[in-house]
Amino acid sequence: MELYQQIRSYLVENLLYIDDASQYDNDTSFIGEGLIDSMGVMELVTYVQTRFGVTVEEHEVTPDNFDSVNKLVAFIRGKHAIKIQPKGNHAGSGRVAAQQTTLPG
Amino acid sequence: MLVQDGLQRSRLRCPDKIALVCSDQRLTYAVLDDMANRLANALLAYGVKRGNRIGIYLSNSIEAVASIFGVLKAGAAFFVINRATRFEKLSYILANCGATALITDSAVAAQGTVPKLLSSNPHLAVVVLVGTRPEDNVANGHQIGFDAIQERFPSTRPRVDSIDLDLACLVYTSGSTGEPKGVMCDHSNVVFVANSVITYLENTEADVVLNVLPLSFSYGLYQALMTFTFGGTLVLESTFAYPVMFLQRIADEQVTGFAGVPTIFSALLPMDLSRFDLSSLRYITNAAAALPPTHIRQILERLPGVKLYSMYGQTETKRTLYLPPEQLSIRPGSVGIAIPGTEVWIENEDGARLGPNQIGELVVRGRHVMRGYWHDPKSTAERFRPGPLPGERVCYTGDLFRMDEEGYFYFVSRKDDIINTRGEKVAPKEVENILHRMPGVIEAAVLGVPDPVLGEAIKAVLVADSSLVTKAKVLAHCRAHLEDFMVPKYLEITDELPKTTSGKILRRALV
Repeated sequence: MELYQQIRSYLVENLLYIDDASQYDNDTSFIGEGLIDSMGVMELVTYVQTRFGVTVEEHEVTPDNFDSVNKLVAFIRGKHAIKIQPKGNHAGSGRVAAQQTTLPG
Repeated sequence: MLVQDGLQRSRLRCPDKIALVCSDQRLTYAVLDDMANRLANALLAYGVKRGNRIGIYLSNSIEAVASIFGVLKAGAAFFVINRATRFEKLSYILANCGATALITDSAVAAQGTVPKLLSSNPHLAVVVLVGTRPEDNVANGHQIGFDAIQERFPSTRPRVDSIDLDLACLVYTSGSTGEPKGVMCDHSNVVFVANSVITYLENTEADVVLNVLPLSFSYGLYQALMTFTFGGTLVLESTFAYPVMFLQRIADEQVTGFAGVPTIFSALLPMDLSRFDLSSLRYITNAAAALPPTHIRQILERLPGVKLYSMYGQTETKRTLYLPPEQLSIRPGSVGIAIPGTEVWIENEDGARLGPNQIGELVVRGRHVMRGYWHDPKSTAERFRPGPLPGERVCYTGDLFRMDEEGYFYFVSRKDDIINTRGEKVAPKEVENILHRMPGVIEAAVLGVPDPVLGEAIKAVLVADSSLVTKAKVLAHCRAHLEDFMVPKYLEITDELPKTTSGKILRRALV
């Protein structure tokens, strides 16, 4: 599954409590727009560590890395230093699955 | 005295002092007070009347703080709704209290929520939108931009006829029937309890208070109300999810007071706190749920010289008990004594007062006993009952306590089945109601089970038609209809629920 889709699926299935996730784009602020609460962000940190096998340092738990799908994807990619092959629309304004990227694990 | 008088008097005393720090913004008392005055003038111009109820559906922000005071200055009562609240519950609350106005952000409007709210809430006449620019010209019959208000309305303080028996705010809390109940807090209640807490925390103008809790949570709200009353500085963060950032804030802003809940302290304790200069901290407080004694010990070791206040309260009286910090090492399991100016006692089921080491219900007497539940005389009569003097009411907490020989109180358990998870109160009925709405669910029982991080975790046990109901479907259904903290962590599908002879489900047998 693509990275964007994996994260969005996780959000929808585990943290987002909305009927229609398509109204939120990948830049939507998790906290600012009430998508998830503080506990949700904490769970997201755990998810990123276990699902993508990255170590999240204390100083990396910031809104720059964890406050939107795009920021999260950039953070995970940075951690994996994966070469991206974007297809379709640019992620900045894209809806679900606007990016076609794969990650190991 | 009215709630907004705290801000207004501090403004007169120290207009140029920084009142509020939020993100990269720093507002003086004069600027914050002016902002609230402009909003109040706009609300009045749009038809808001004394006693109206106005919702604030914003994340922690300068606008949210200014809105609290703007609503009060217009003579209305505010209620803050967690920005993570779903449409269904938001709409229920607006309808429940007949809100005439809602202050929210442009993202809510962008999702098309405003027309839906307006059509389902005929009382709702005005929606103020934060995050629109004045030139966006969102103003129509119902909508007006917060920034446009700031440009177009005067900063003169509007004349208000409110007295301290008028409602200042409603604070919505979980009801045992499953629907949220609005606790009515009049100005005198709020001012009294804010000053009582200020007294025991020994706050002065020199205090800088960090609030990372949502303003929809009364513990978070009072950080703001108290700080502006004593003329300190409030540092407001939008979340507690980023501990490194707020720890750095403590160092940068020389924070002296910090309000936390057990979840926050659980996140902080594994961290290397020595990397941050926390030497400015004078006190920290804990509420919402009890800290495990091991955490108390670790906090005291990690933050030597900082006073830690263990506290207990309920929305119905805001704050009820606090443990003087010097008692913490003597009786770490206690949540202390009645807050200044109030009294508490323990009663048995026959209404007799109990002595030391006997378990009974905690009863609270004082001006912090709120006015009851909005439009819910039945629940009000259950919790707010006649007190020792004619015409007086005291609050029956529904919590079982015991007192030691020296008069310090210890929480034992809830009398009812309310679950305390993540510091939020959840009525099993509210979750069960949602489960029952799912096709194929025959019976549902929801209960709290002990959890080291959450306090209690929510467990649901179902009897269901297996051809229609799977665990995944149940969870998806819950996620679609409940706030995040209400979604069960554990789910079991079984053939039968244990019951009493009268047919009531035996929740305790399901743990």
